[in-house]
Amino acid sequence: MAAAAAGPGPGSGPGDSPEGPEAEAPERRRKAHGMLKLYYGLSEGETAGRPAGSDPLDPTDLNGAHFDPEVYLDKLRRECPLAQLMDSETDMVRQIRALDSDMQTLVYENYNKFISATDTIRKMKNDFRKMEDEMDRLATNMAVITDFSARISATLQDRHERITKLAGVHALLRKLQFLFELPSRLTKCVELGAYGQAVRYQGRARAVLQQYQHLPSFRAIQDDCQVITARLAQQLRQRFREGGSGAPEQAECVELLLALGEPAEELCEEFLAHARGRLEEELRSLEAELGPSPPAPDVLEFTDHGGSGFVGGLCQVAAAYQELFAAQGPAGAHKLAAFARELGGRYFALVERRLAQEQGSGDNSLLVRALDRFHRRLQAPGALLAAAGLAEAATEIVERVARERLGHHLQGLRAAFLDCLTDVRQALAAPRLAGKEGPGLAELLANVASSVLSHIKASLASVHLFTAKEVSFSNKPYFRGEFCSQGVREGLIVGFIRSMCQTAQSFCDSPGEKGGATPPALLLLLSRLCLDYETATISYILTLTDEQFLVQDQSPVTPVSTLCAEARETARRLLTHYVKVQGLVISQMLRKSVETRDWLSTLEPRNVRAVMKRVVEDTTAIDVQVGLLYEEGVRKAQSSDSSKRTFSVYSSSRQQGRYAPSYTPSAPMDTNLLSNIQKLFSERIDVFSPVEFNKVSVLTGIIKISLKTLLECVRLRTFGRFGLQQVQVDCHFLQLYLWRFVADEELVHLLLDEVVASAALRCPDPVPMEPSVVEVICERG
Amino acid sequence: MEDDAPVIYGLEFQARALSPQTAETDAIRFLVGTQSLKYDNQIHIIDFDDENNIINKNVLLHQAGEIWHISASPADKGVLATCYSKTADSRVLRCAAVWRMPEESEPGSHESPDDSASTAHALELLCDLDHTAHGSTACVAWEPTGDGSRVVSLADNHILLWDLQASSRRAVLASSASLEGKGQLKFTSGRWSPHHNCTQVATANDTAVRGWDTRTMSQIYCIENAHGQLVRDLDFNPNKQYYLASCGDDCKVKFWDTRSVSEPVRTLEEHSHWVWNVRYNHSHDQLVLTGSSDSRVILSNMVSISSEPFGHLVDDDDLSDQEERRPEDRSQEPPQDGAIATYEEHEDSVYAVDWSAADPWLFASLSYDGRLVINRVPRALKYHILL
Repeated sequence: MAAAAAGPGPGSGPGDSPEGPEAEAPERRRKAHGMLKLYYGLSEGETAGRPAGSDPLDPTDLNGAHFDPEVYLDKLRRECPLAQLMDSETDMVRQIRALDSDMQTLVYENYNKFISATDTIRKMKNDFRKMEDEMDRLATNMAVITDFSARISATLQDRHERITKLAGVHALLRKLQFLFELPSRLTKCVELGAYGQAVRYQGRARAVLQQYQHLPSFRAIQDDCQVITARLAQQLRQRFREGGSGAPEQAECVELLLALGEPAEELCEEFLAHARGRLEEELRSLEAELGPSPPAPDVLEFTDHGGSGFVGGLCQVAAAYQELFAAQGPAGAHKLAAFARELGGRYFALVERRLAQEQGSGDNSLLVRALDRFHRRLQAPGALLAAAGLAEAATEIVERVARERLGHHLQGLRAAFLDCLTDVRQALAAPRLAGKEGPGLAELLANVASSVLSHIKASLASVHLFTAKEVSFSNKPYFRGEFCSQGVREGLIVGFIRSMCQTAQSFCDSPGEKGGATPPALLLLLSRLCLDYETATISYILTLTDEQFLVQDQSPVTPVSTLCAEARETARRLLTHYVKVQGLVISQMLRKSVETRDWLSTLEPRNVRAVMKRVVEDTTAIDVQVGLLYEEGVRKAQSSDSSKRTFSVYSSSRQQGRYAPSYTPSAPMDTNLLSNIQKLFSERIDVFSPVEFNKVSVLTGIIKISLKTLLECVRLRTFGRFGLQQVQVDCHFLQLYLWRFVADEELVHLLLDEVVASAALRCPDPVPMEPSVVEVICERG
Repeated sequence: MEDDAPVIYGLEFQARALSPQTAETDAIRFLVGTQSLKYDNQIHIIDFDDENNIINKNVLLHQAGEIWHISASPADKGVLATCYSKTADSRVLRCAAVWRMPEESEPGSHESPDDSASTAHALELLCDLDHTAHGSTACVAWEPTGDGSRVVSLADNHILLWDLQASSRRAVLASSASLEGKGQLKFTSGRWSPHHNCTQVATANDTAVRGWDTRTMSQIYCIENAHGQLVRDLDFNPNKQYYLASCGDDCKVKFWDTRSVSEPVRTLEEHSHWVWNVRYNHSHDQLVLTGSSDSRVILSNMVSISSEPFGHLVDDDDLSDQEERRPEDRSQEPPQDGAIATYEEHEDSVYAVDWSAADPWLFASLSYDGRLVINRVPRALKYHILL
């Protein structure tokens, strides 16, 4: 162990000094040294300042752990020259000196510290000794105190117990006093009307009294109390029954009574009964407002009253009830719901009666506002009493009213339309007296159209209030869907247009076809109106409706085309009927003129008969009338003097063919043949055929009807020679004037031809008049 | 199914009067009266051979005047009544008379009809229905059943009931009634009801239809304003009492229940001009024939108000040979009321239509130009009714 022996020599001299006295085994030192080193973060064999590259195990390293002075010296002596040896010796000496001085400094410092530590220990020793004395004294004192305390406790034990007992007695006595005073207190409370206080006292005493009721004195108190309580209950009930004090006080009464242990079942019955009384009062006052005699307040006021009076009351009752009788469970809730349902039903009945009175009025905004309030007010009890279904019922009522309003508006529109028609009738009747007919027809039509349209718009606007955003019921599904599509669009608008068509058509079906109860001009006007509806107005109105009421409902609606078709059909029927009526008027004139005359013994014609002039005049008047409302229409192309040309043809053909005085038996055959051949080349004439919407077609229809009548009438008569000639003259006259009205003048010619031919056949002595003479007569007439 | 083509027969004169020979139930025979002012008027006896589609005619002279109405006796096929007009002293008189056809001129015995009128036989006058006191006669109607001794004639505003005595040699006015009222009231048409033991007659004047009891000659019912305009003709449902059809100048055919006359039971509006004639089929009263001055003849099927509303009930025996047809027929929809066939063979106004007395599926129509058309009910309909 050379290293261990050499180690302390140069390196650990100062460190060894304090431990010097204790001689220790090098093992232990080594270990302690290692631990210290470890503590100071130096690994074994590592020393500060040693170059990192050197071998730690080099025995020649001065600072190394394995330094071997012998090896080092050998090495020096062997390797170094003298000078260097000298240098290293001086260096070594200098280093040794430095190390010595360092060691001295350290020893000195350590020594100082050691001395001060010794001083401190000495001082502590003194202090502890003093303290020990004091502690001894304390212990003695404590012992004394303990002793005393024990003695005192022993002395006071008895009294303490007595005091405790006395305190108990005191409390008991106070309770007893309370009990004994209870009756009087209760009485006083009752007298003062402090029912709440009384009930609280009673509540506190009840259990005790209950427990000790076997004791006579308590028994008495209890009895007294019971009497008083009964009286209290009595009074409470009294107050409760008197009921004038309003719902909150009643609720209080009930609460107290409940606290008094009255049966809840009965109380809740009674409570409801009282509430019923009060609410019925409200209902009665509402009913009084309804009363027939005084001018009822407007519907808004009425619903306000109802809302604040009845509905408010109902809310209070319901809230109080639910608070008071929450313990009653579902049975109680049922009772309340039934109660609310019944009274609500009566309220609704009243409201409906009131609303029914409103049906006649035209003011929708007030009604809607009233309904809105009504509906809004009922939302609160509705939420409170979901089971009573008040909100649903209210919504239902609103819906019903809305429906009725729609119906009312439809009626109103119909009435307005009928009024318009009446106006038109009057207007049509009036100018005739003044000798002027027709000029106002277009104007009248415009009036009717605009008036009906404005009525429709007004109705739409008025109905639109029901769906306004601020109205509380407008977001109900009914008002969003069905009301818009089925109600307004289908029910109101489409319904009105349909009813308008029906009204118009009913003029066609009137049984008095003969009398012509409907002025023909009205038929014409209506026909034009319907036609206008078909072309424009219907689609306009429906677009307007669809825009105003954004129809979200998917239910099928009547398409515009269907309505248009209906309107067109109506227009067509009206016009056809107009043609029939006017045709009939002229036909009757012609028929009478043919039937009443004695054609056999008539004189030679000098003039056109007045009736023919009348026919032409009337036809002209009709032409003017129709021209006011309907367009001209197309007619077949014709030359300007066609009437003359055709006339000559037809008269010459007659001259040559039919009336040649050939009395051979084959003559009638020829006539037939001729007329048949003629018919082969002409279209069959549909006399009462449907007309088109233009003037020419209308006039053609009327003239066809008239001339066909003339033909049939002529065939039923027998004519003398002059009778035939008169017919000839008349027909020529008609021909001169009627051709211009019709679409195809051939038609007039054909019919008139046939009239003359038939007259000739019905004449035993057919001698026709010279065409020139006929012309002269006609021109003169 | 191809329907047989109509058979057309042309008369030389204008004609308005047509009647089936009511008493003849074997041969299909019609009587047509002509209207001519210049020549002797004729009565054509049209005999239709159904199997060969051939028409045989016989012409009888009716020299008294032009014939406006003709009706054959229901009892004696040789007897007929006409309303005719004669011109005298520049006045036209409308008369009525009962005639007998000469024996040998009855069809069948007269194999070779002669074209020339001179060889034609004349009618034998049995008696005049003396009218002079009552005005001009519009119509003569025989009592539909019975021995053909009772006749009603309508003259102006009088309804006259005649008893024909001594084999119709003498006409005695049994009773009469007249229509009172303002204006000139004139009967236009009349029919004798086959129901109620033949005690009812219905008449038409202007727009009204009236029913009369022949026993008391008093009015039973009155349908005021039955039509918008003149009522031209009427007919009783032969199988369903109280049902009456009327037609008129408003182009409509209306069906009435005479027990409740405020509203018509049905109304047909198929024609485009005056309807002059309406006739129920004698056996199948759903078939109604109308003729109009729009030159059309329309056959209508009024199933819902007929006596066979659910189809004809027939024995299974009748169906045995048609067994295979039955299912499809049964599956058919019940036919709707309304026109089923329009016949447009005429060129002029049709003033008379009537069913054959012998063949219920055959009818004739007569237009003013003298064209007589014999038509049949469409076969499909016929089978539908029969099966």
